[in-house]
Amino acid sequence: MKVGLFVPCYINQFYPKVAIDTLELLEKLGLEVGYPLNQTCCGQPMANSGYEHLTGSTNELFTQNFAGYDYIVSPSGSCTLHIKDHLHSDRYPAESKNIRSRIYELTEFLTDIIKVDNIKASFPHRVGLHQSCHGQRGLKLAQMTELTAPAFSKPEQLLKMVEGIELVPLTRADECCGFGGTFCVAEEAVSVKMGKDRVADHIKNNAEYITAADMSCLMHMEGILKRQKSPVKVVHIAEILNAAMV
Amino acid sequence: MSLTKDHAALAQVFNNDEERVDWHDETLWFVRAKRDRASHGIPDWELLRETASRIKHNVLSNMHNYLVQFEENALANGIKVHWAADAAEHNAIVLSILKEKGIERMVKSKSMLTEECHLNDFLQDNGVEVIDSDLGERIVQLAKEPPSHIVLPCIHKKKEEIGDIFHEHLGTAAGESDPQILTETARQHLREIFLTRRAALTGVNFAIAETGEFVVCTNEGNADMGAHLADVHIASMGFEKLIPQRKHLSVFLRLLTRSATGQPITTYSSHFKKPRPGQQMHIIIVDNGRSIQLSREDFRNSLKCIRCGACMNTCPVYRRSGGHSYHTAVAGPIGSILAPNLDMEKYADLPFASTLCGSCTNVCPVKIDIHDQLYKWRQVIVKNGYSTKTKTAMMKGMTLALSSPAIFNLSGKAGRLALKFIPFAVNNGLNPWYKQRDMPTPPEGSFTDWYKKNRKGGKP
Repeated sequence: MKVGLFVPCYINQFYPKVAIDTLELLEKLGLEVGYPLNQTCCGQPMANSGYEHLTGSTNELFTQNFAGYDYIVSPSGSCTLHIKDHLHSDRYPAESKNIRSRIYELTEFLTDIIKVDNIKASFPHRVGLHQSCHGQRGLKLAQMTELTAPAFSKPEQLLKMVEGIELVPLTRADECCGFGGTFCVAEEAVSVKMGKDRVADHIKNNAEYITAADMSCLMHMEGILKRQKSPVKVVHIAEILNAAMV
Repeated sequence: MSLTKDHAALAQVFNNDEERVDWHDETLWFVRAKRDRASHGIPDWELLRETASRIKHNVLSNMHNYLVQFEENALANGIKVHWAADAAEHNAIVLSILKEKGIERMVKSKSMLTEECHLNDFLQDNGVEVIDSDLGERIVQLAKEPPSHIVLPCIHKKKEEIGDIFHEHLGTAAGESDPQILTETARQHLREIFLTRRAALTGVNFAIAETGEFVVCTNEGNADMGAHLADVHIASMGFEKLIPQRKHLSVFLRLLTRSATGQPITTYSSHFKKPRPGQQMHIIIVDNGRSIQLSREDFRNSLKCIRCGACMNTCPVYRRSGGHSYHTAVAGPIGSILAPNLDMEKYADLPFASTLCGSCTNVCPVKIDIHDQLYKWRQVIVKNGYSTKTKTAMMKGMTLALSSPAIFNLSGKAGRLALKFIPFAVNNGLNPWYKQRDMPTPPEGSFTDWYKKNRKGGKP
């Protein structure tokens, strides 16, 4: 099984450790992982701003980079969803279609494809799990509180395998953090208020760390936590799942 | 661009008072939580939503037939049927009905359509007084404000503020804010209105093609009080209010109030089929952009809306920006996909007033793909030129950087282009990211740099 690692642009530039942990985690599971060096971005920043018509070149680039892999795995629900919903290539239509059906967000890849049933990792802390919207409502990584349907959560399923971790319950289980791509600057006031409220929910419930399957939400919340000089930290789920045994 | 402030600017003003934002958010979240309890108590809830969605799909696909059928049956019942192409025509029809009877004072129950048509202003300018009889609407009317929510029109007002309004207009004691006393005052005030007005206008929740009757849902019974005591009953409806058969109400009435307020059913679900002896009953069927929306394949499903307001209560942006920040009659997520159809330039900001979190789509009782339509409206708005030059330039710059691995991978903290083109990282003092948030600390190198050093495949 050949797995292509897709690292979102902002993770590549700002949070390389998240990508390193993702890579190491996949390698530990015995997978052959390739990382196409020419990758840049999924195109979502333009598309969500109304400029999907400008994403032709990033789409072609993405298709060239990831055609030929059995699976494409990414530590971001949001970027994965964008590719799943919107990738198309005029030059390689079959390949882009194939990629759309073979791209997985990291946690769903681990639970649904690899079907991992144990993880050798230790993270002895109180952790609040932020359900990033695109992963949750878009990729259905976890049940949504709006629906009348049985509960499940792929990220939680994995986190529960980690030694020493204590997941704290939240008052609002799946409220948006307010990042929203360019929304975070275009609607600064509401974006920040949403972020402050989300962070407050974790703090109120005594979380030491906030984790998520999307670093963009965490980057937004980290910006707020740092400004508040809060001791609470953010950590991507890949960093927890790859945390060394104590 | 229009001169009025856009959603972001109005929301910023709303956020100047954080305590009020918290109160507004909690108040509406309380309604969302009630909705969750009510819907989770129905094991078939998701099936009900799917059924309602499909019934409405059938209606939208056969609108021409159902409208003709409805008109035929309504006429046979003795109701006068009027057709209005737009808001102006609707308002003119209302005025002509009133003039013919020499009526200068009218009572009106909740009708978002008349808000959409700005009927009150029009009638006032033509010498007709209108009193809104829904308690929330009466409060905002006295405050000279538009409703901020389609189901809870004065949800933005605290009871103390309502006390002040009642003190000024209805003579309650200064500082009185006891809900029981205020409600009783409104009741006595409205009773006098109901007894003296000869014309009553109501909205329509459902119009049944098979029988020619219409159903009006209220919790206060104010539509009934108005209509039953008046010589003339005018009902205004957007044409999408049609349902094929009376039995379909069993689906919609179960969904409507559970979604809206978490109640099992509205207190009054009143059927109006024919005028009582001596009474006149009119129905005005309004288009006002609806056929254009019906012709837009990507947006047609927005016409399935039954105006429950669940998408507003669940919307984290609506809860923290307030209904008035949407500067349109129907606020929130549903308003943001309806309004651009009426005026794309004026409402170009609304589809962007969302994080696309998708909660609206999940609570919608008729399964409108609201957040997908928000995304699609963004594309339409930009393609039609209703975006700013600055934003277009920024997007083109970002595209350029992200289309070239060579530019993207320029190494070194300072040289890294992504730091300049990712919107939150714009490196200047005006960066809105930095106003209330710290920037991520740029690491020594990118992941690509690390990979090249640490993995074989990375060696060029």
